[in-house]
Amino acid sequence: MNVQSLKQQWFGNIRGDILSGTVVALALIPEAIAFSIIAGVDPMVGLYASFTIAVIIAFAGGRPGMISAATGAMALAMVLLVKEHGIQYLFAATILTGILQIIFGYLKVAKVMRFIPRAVMMGFVNALAILIFMAQIDFIFGISSLTYVFVGLTLLIVYVLPRYFKAIPAPLIAIVVLSAIVITMDLNLQNVGNLGTITQSLPGFLIPDVPFNFETLQIIFPTALALSIIGLLESLLTASIVDDMTDTGSDKNREARGQGIANVVTGFFGGMAGCAMIGQSGINVKSGGRGRLSALTAGVVLIILILVFAPLVMQIPMPVLAAIMVMVSIGTFDWSSFKYLVKAPRTDAIVLLVTVVTVVWTHDLSKGVLAGVLLSAIFFTAKISKVSVQKKDLPSSIENIYEVQGQLFFASVEDFTLYFEQNDLPDELTIDFSNSHVWDDSAVGAIDRVMLKLQEKGIEVTLTGLNDSSRKLLGKLAIHQDKDAKAPLH
Amino acid sequence: MYKRILVAVDGSVHSKRAAAHAVFLASATPDVHVTLLYVLDYDKTRTDVIHSMSSEELHIDRKNKIMPIKEMFSSKGISSEIKILHGEAGPVIVEHANQENYDIVVIGSRGLNALQEMVLGSVSHKVAKRVHSPVLLIK
Repeated sequence: MNVQSLKQQWFGNIRGDILSGTVVALALIPEAIAFSIIAGVDPMVGLYASFTIAVIIAFAGGRPGMISAATGAMALAMVLLVKEHGIQYLFAATILTGILQIIFGYLKVAKVMRFIPRAVMMGFVNALAILIFMAQIDFIFGISSLTYVFVGLTLLIVYVLPRYFKAIPAPLIAIVVLSAIVITMDLNLQNVGNLGTITQSLPGFLIPDVPFNFETLQIIFPTALALSIIGLLESLLTASIVDDMTDTGSDKNREARGQGIANVVTGFFGGMAGCAMIGQSGINVKSGGRGRLSALTAGVVLIILILVFAPLVMQIPMPVLAAIMVMVSIGTFDWSSFKYLVKAPRTDAIVLLVTVVTVVWTHDLSKGVLAGVLLSAIFFTAKISKVSVQKKDLPSSIENIYEVQGQLFFASVEDFTLYFEQNDLPDELTIDFSNSHVWDDSAVGAIDRVMLKLQEKGIEVTLTGLNDSSRKLLGKLAIHQDKDAKAPLH
Repeated sequence: MYKRILVAVDGSVHSKRAAAHAVFLASATPDVHVTLLYVLDYDKTRTDVIHSMSSEELHIDRKNKIMPIKEMFSSKGISSEIKILHGEAGPVIVEHANQENYDIVVIGSRGLNALQEMVLGSVSHKVAKRVHSPVLLIK
C-alpha cells in the first residue's frame, strides 16, 4: 500500500468526492442532531462540530476519504460533564481533548493500537451500539401508540427502500416524507424543536467561559482524557477499515494529530468533540468518495443545508430520528461476535464480555477498553507463565538431565522452584535450559535458590543450554557461584 | 473450450460447490487458467478489520479462507490465482468479468446470508443478467 500524493488526495476524484460528500452531509444531519441530544446539548453544538471537524480533517487528516464529525462514542463520554458543569466546560474539554490528541499523535500513538486485542475492539463497537440503542429507548417506548407507528414506518423505509432506490440515503427520505405527514396532519409528536433550538447562523469564534485555574483543569481533564482515547481508537480503527476497503495506505499518526487539531478548533467554535465515523466513512466510500474533497464537501454542504432549512429541521419528529438511530446501532453492532464468542478461546470471550459489560455499566467506552486491555494482559501473562520441568528419559545414559520448558520470569518461577523442592533427586544432575529463556531478576533469583538448595543437600548441579541473553543476565545477577551464599529461607 | 474461467468465491458452501463444478469444467481443457474472485463489501471489510490485530494478519486470514478452494484446483494440476477486490459483490464481479473478458463465469446461486440477499437482492441474478460472457449458475 502506498500513500498518494497530496494533489491526488485532493483532486484525484473530484466528481466522485463531491457526489459522495453530499450524500454523507445528508446522512450526517440526523446523526449530528441525535448525538447532540445524547450528550444533552443543543442540536447546534453537534451540527457545528460536524461542520468544523469535517472541514478541518479534510486538510489536517491522514486518511483521505474518511469522514469525521460529532459521534455517538464521544457524545456518550461527555454526558456527565455537561450535566454537572454545563456547556462551557464541554467546550474547554473539547479543546483539551484536541491538545491531548495532538500530543499522542507526536508520540506515535498508532503503534499502541497493536496492543489492543481484537476482543476489546469487538467489545468497543458492540458496547457503542448497545449504548446508542439504549439512548433511544426514552424516545420510543411508553409514549403513545402513534410513536410506535412512526418508529415502525421509519424502520420500514430505511430497511426496504434501499433495495429499490439508492441515490438518496433512505434515512433522509424517511425524515422528509414522515415529517411532511406529521406537519400536514398536525399530529401530536415530540420533535427536535422541543429538545433544543436550531439557529440559522455560522459558528463564531468563542473562548470558553470558564475560570482558567487548576480546579477547571481537574474538572475537564478526566473527560478530555477519556474523549481523546475514545476518539483516537475509533478514528484509527476506521482508518484501517478505509485503508483496506480502498487498498491504499494512510498516515495514522498524522490522522491522530489531525483529529486533535480539528477538536481544538471545534472547541473554539462552540462544538462538541468528535472523531472519525465508521458508518459515515462507509457511506462515503460506498458512494464513490476517495479523496479529501469528500470530507470538505460533507462539511460545507451540511452547514449550507442547516442555514437554509433550520426551521424544517426543528420539525423532525423524534420517533423518526430515534428509529434512524436504532438502524445506526444495528449497523454498528458486530454481529459476527456471536460466532466468535462460541469459537474463540474462553479467555478472549471473557475479555469481550467484560469490555461490553464495563462500558454499559459505566457509560464510558474508555473504561471498557482499559478493563479489556488489562484483563487480556493478565490472561496473556497467565498463558505464557506456564513452566514445566521434566526428567529426560535416557535409559542408555547415566546422566540425569532435567529439561525446563517455557518462559522463566516473575510470574512463572514458582513452578520451576517447586519441582526441585518436591521431587526426589539424584546426587548429580544437569538442568537443561535449551527450551527456556531467562527473562528477569526473579528468574535469576529462582535459579539461585534452586542451585543453593541443591548444593546444600550435596547435589552437584550443572546448567546447560542457556541462550546468550539468558547467560548474560545470569552472569550479571546470579550469586550461586559465591561460596558463602546461602539460600533464602522464604 | 473455456480457457479463462472466473469463479466467484466467498467461502460459503455454495461457492465451494460452484468451485467443484469449475474444476470439472477446467479439467478437460489444456492450458486453462482459473481466477478465483473474492469480493469483500464494506461490512465484511469492517468485520475483518475489527477481528484482526494487524493488516498482515488480515491478509493471511483471507488467503487461508480461499486456500482450500485453490487447493481443489492445484490438486488437479489446474493453474489458478486468487483475486481479492473490495466493493459491493454484484457490481464488482460484473465490472471485473466484463473488463477481463473471461470465457465463462461460474457462480453459486446463493451467497452467505439470506437476510443480506433479501435486502440487497441476489448477486448471482445481477451477474447472470449483466456479464457479457456465458454464466454458469450452480444450484
